[in-house]
Amino acid sequence: MGATIRPGDHDPLDFLGIDALLDDEERLLRDTVRRFVAERILPDVATWFERGTFPKEMAKEMGALGLLGMHLEGYGCAGTTATQYGLACTELEYGDSGVRSFVSVQGSLAMFPIWAFGSEEQKRQWLPPMAAGEAIGCFGLTEPDAGSDPGSMRTHARRDGPDWILNGTKMWITNGSIADVAVVWAQTDEGIRGFVVPTDTPGFTANEVGGKMSLRASITSELVLTDVRLPGDAVLPGVVGLKGPLSCLNEARFGILFGAMGAARACYEAALGYARERIQFSKPIASFQLTQRKLVEMMVAVNRGMLVALHLGRRRDAGTLTAEQVSFGKFDNVRQALEVARTARSILGANGITLEYPVIRHMTNLESVYTYEGTNEIHTLVLGEAITGISAFG
Amino acid sequence: MKIAVCAKQIPDPATPYDLDPDHHWVVRPDDQVLDDTDRYGVEIGLQLAEASEGTVTLFSMSPAGTLQGIRQALAMGADKAVVISDPALKGSDAAVTAKVLAAAIEREGYDLVIAGTESTDGYTGVVPQMLAEHLGVPSLTFAKHVEAADGTLRIHRQTPEGYDVVEAALPAVVTVTAGVVEPRYPTFKGIMQAKQKPVEELSAADLGFGADDVGAAGSGTVVEGVTPVPARQAGEIVEDDGEAYLKILEILERAKVI
Repeated sequence: MGATIRPGDHDPLDFLGIDALLDDEERLLRDTVRRFVAERILPDVATWFERGTFPKEMAKEMGALGLLGMHLEGYGCAGTTATQYGLACTELEYGDSGVRSFVSVQGSLAMFPIWAFGSEEQKRQWLPPMAAGEAIGCFGLTEPDAGSDPGSMRTHARRDGPDWILNGTKMWITNGSIADVAVVWAQTDEGIRGFVVPTDTPGFTANEVGGKMSLRASITSELVLTDVRLPGDAVLPGVVGLKGPLSCLNEARFGILFGAMGAARACYEAALGYARERIQFSKPIASFQLTQRKLVEMMVAVNRGMLVALHLGRRRDAGTLTAEQVSFGKFDNVRQALEVARTARSILGANGITLEYPVIRHMTNLESVYTYEGTNEIHTLVLGEAITGISAFG
Repeated sequence: MKIAVCAKQIPDPATPYDLDPDHHWVVRPDDQVLDDTDRYGVEIGLQLAEASEGTVTLFSMSPAGTLQGIRQALAMGADKAVVISDPALKGSDAAVTAKVLAAAIEREGYDLVIAGTESTDGYTGVVPQMLAEHLGVPSLTFAKHVEAADGTLRIHRQTPEGYDVVEAALPAVVTVTAGVVEPRYPTFKGIMQAKQKPVEELSAADLGFGADDVGAAGSGTVVEGVTPVPARQAGEIVEDDGEAYLKILEILERAKVI
């Protein structure tokens, strides 16, 4: 038996002592991003959210820190471990899911396919400025009529002599209107291929999606490609077929399963602080049994989800993580985070619906995170197939 | 320019730390963090080194344990660290600390020594000046702006009214105030490289000190007692009925603030 631990000795923000599972380097990186978020994101993010903007100049600050393409090696990227990438995503999403989305899209969806499947020339041209935040990337896979079923995409590329001609429409594209380069996936005679499309190419237009009630501190756009002529070397040479874009999504989902726990932690912290200070019936609402139940459920969800994330991060670094295990993390951590956010909202009462507290912002953001990068339903079926051996996709 | 920056690892200020009941020394956990004050010294050191193609070496007296505070300063861009770590140093007062740091800095060589004005755990605020005395060089304090070129150190010394411009010949010691610059974030590349940077660990004996020269045995200071700060009294709330300013003026006058 060790020393006596009193109830008050537990850290309510790290109940299981997960901090001790990190090494010095991981902690330093985590703390650095935490400080960056506290100093550069949190003071303004509610305003960005309210105005529906993401300041493009943040990209360079994030690039200088090393956040963009952090887990990639070479070409100006920091070369962190997968776990470190995940921890950074947790801290970014503690700030805002839209901010984390920016980093996910830049690093995992735009830089990763160029890094993994691009030619040496494509890598040299695009990766260093993207790592520095001087060039912004986006990822065009989803279409108005092709979401969970990307194989049904209509965007196509045909050969015209040595060139490619692209036509089609992409939808719900994060960073679309502020991007300098788009990685666009299109049907070709050989199967689905990826194309590196500078956004100033004639025939390429990006229209911002308005009226969003979620991820408002993030740019979402429609991409329209009308006879976009690209040179023959614009295609990503290293991959043919859906496995190209799906491997990118797997990268991004890995960041999301960490990130969601950041949003959840922010909501839990806000609710815990509020419940201790809010006096009703002459005592803090934290003293009521129903509120304690909510706080405990949130605390358990945050700690459990973080353990899952860390475990999957370790497996990723060991090279043993499967796509289905990523689905496990995305499936459960995001739904848990959404539940935490909703519960926190209820604890804050009316205060929970204003931007003075982070809760409603996270709650509406997580509604998007719940369905993007593979809906909860799709991940359920991925897991269902993994344990039964029977595909329910039909 | 060869720049020495004093960097102290302290218990995380976010977590209350204990004093040992016999000597009132800070009980140091394994996990210590870089004193926030020292981030400013590191930043100034890095800027001066970048301008002069110089180097930044960190100096720290610290019990054995993790070096995460030192790694943080290395991740910001410092070139190397010298850590003096020895059980014999336990209980060293400010004078002994200054003596030990001076010996380590002298051994390494330096043009300029930068330190924070005071640490965020012990708050004695005298180590840098004692260090200058041991090194036999000028000490300029409370700098809110630092220039070092052509063998001269020029600072803006913070005063209650504004600042004085003070100069000294290099080599010298300077203390910088918090807020003097915006300390850079450690970059991820810096964090990844920090573990490869040299950290030299020295014992008291390596610097020529015997067991009686340092630690509690070598220290002339004894902390006789510690008194907790009295709990803050509840404030007075003035309801504004349109004339509250009169009441506030009266309170300020009574407190002789105005």
